[in-house]
Amino acid sequence: MDFISILSIFVLACFVGYYVVWSVTPALHTPLMSVTNAISSVIVVGALIAAAAAGSATSKWLGLLGVVLASINIFGGFAVTARMLAMYKKRER
Amino acid sequence: MAADHTPAWVLIAYLIAGICFIVALRGLSSPESARRGNRAGMLGMGIAVATTLAIHDIASIVEIAIAIVLGGAIGLVTARKIQMTAMPQLVAAFHSLVGMAAVLVGAAAFLNPGAFGIVDSAGDILTVSRVELGLGVAIGAITFSGSVIAFLKLNGNMSGKPILLPMRHVINLGTLAAILGLIGYFTIDQSPWVFFTVAALSFAIGFLLIIPIGGADMPVVISMLNSYSGWAAAAMGFTLHNSAMIITGALVGSSGAILSYIMCRAMNRSFISVIAGGFGGDAVAAAGGAEAIDRPYKRGSAEDAAFLMAQADQVVIVPGYGMAVSQAQHALREMGDQLKAKGVRVKYAIHPVAGRMPGHMNVLLAEANVPYDEVFELEDINSEFAQTDVAFVIGANDVTNPAAKTDKTSPIYGMPVLDVEKARTVLFVKRSMGGVGYAGVDNELFYRDNTMMLLADAKKMVEEIVKALG
Repeated sequence: MDFISILSIFVLACFVGYYVVWSVTPALHTPLMSVTNAISSVIVVGALIAAAAAGSATSKWLGLLGVVLASINIFGGFAVTARMLAMYKKRER
Repeated sequence: MAADHTPAWVLIAYLIAGICFIVALRGLSSPESARRGNRAGMLGMGIAVATTLAIHDIASIVEIAIAIVLGGAIGLVTARKIQMTAMPQLVAAFHSLVGMAAVLVGAAAFLNPGAFGIVDSAGDILTVSRVELGLGVAIGAITFSGSVIAFLKLNGNMSGKPILLPMRHVINLGTLAAILGLIGYFTIDQSPWVFFTVAALSFAIGFLLIIPIGGADMPVVISMLNSYSGWAAAAMGFTLHNSAMIITGALVGSSGAILSYIMCRAMNRSFISVIAGGFGGDAVAAAGGAEAIDRPYKRGSAEDAAFLMAQADQVVIVPGYGMAVSQAQHALREMGDQLKAKGVRVKYAIHPVAGRMPGHMNVLLAEANVPYDEVFELEDINSEFAQTDVAFVIGANDVTNPAAKTDKTSPIYGMPVLDVEKARTVLFVKRSMGGVGYAGVDNELFYRDNTMMLLADAKKMVEEIVKALG
């Protein structure tokens, strides 16, 4: 992909983000923060590439540490979001 | 460029992961669809990780597996054990991890650029990648150190009071200019010192930016750091030409930015003034507090409160940070149940900045099994106070202060507030008369004829009311 295609994806995704986030109900703003946290850990992709590559030992260990940190976030973020969302209940009639 | 050799199915897989993340956020428009959305998010993450592992020659699969299991276990245990009242700290801690991960990935890419496919034929890092790397590491480092400070303040390891350095605006702007200048210089000189100085200065400015911001502005800070963690992921996505990372980064970045905007609007403060910091300092508190001490007010007991509420047709409960501090949400739900059993309509009114993070009160009430359709946002319930018999304010103060509507000299003038004074009777649960809200201003509602002060710890007071109602 060249720079311009990447930039296009980025700009369009910003617009998608803008409209999607405004539709989030204020009652769910805390789960919104925890789930955005979990998904921003997709940065684990970069950490995996560094950890998997041969060539630089330092780079590999930095990558592995990155994988640990991002995994804490991924598992912790999705789990705590699920825990919160399970608490939201409607009135029993 | 390695990205040119990437098979099409990989690009599509990352795109699908990105779409899963959009679906995850879209789900949050209602609690039912949110649970499905969360699962879509997990699926997207699984796709992204599996794709990455599938297309690389992996020299260290065992180490990687250990890293994932170790991180995953820490994450799951934390998520299970954490108290709901500690959610703001947890989110700040998680943000710091995303920031640090971005820095680590950036450093790894700098040290081994060949693995990331960002070198030209001469073995130098591509110019555009240098800018992306520099920005990614800078934003990641700011996110990390800023979130660590936010965590320490929210967790009470550090005073929530703003810490004001002399000349802080000059120092901050100077540091920021140095970072941007060095990133520019990085395009012509890729020596390690340039790269690592950018990282070091960025760690420093993240720290400097957050220390002057007071505890009450934390909802803005935490949303802002949320936004930064997204931009850091996006910058790394540019470096790696990875659409999943770019889409996610853009989503998270806009999400945090919108939340910051909503929080600022709810306090009627500009984003710049929050970032500049210093709000809620001692100077303001001294100005407002002096004359307040001798004014007469009515003090009530739990029995008085129980009697008043049992007679009411409608009671509106207004929770604030004080409810979170004393963990009163469960007792409050019990009180609500008893009132409902006596035929009283019970509703909850939430101000956008009640608590320490967006949606903080809603989560605590949900934890206590309060049905979410009894919980209303400011604009939906404000017109109802005139038909309300009792407004029960627990641990909130400034968000009810009528001075925001009438007193142009008040620091909170113009902030949207809950019109509790329109209710027939206002009950204030408050620890003592001495404490003022975060803005350091007195609330004249305390001294009105139709106000009754219930001075005690929030949880104890509610428990006593429950006993009196029984």
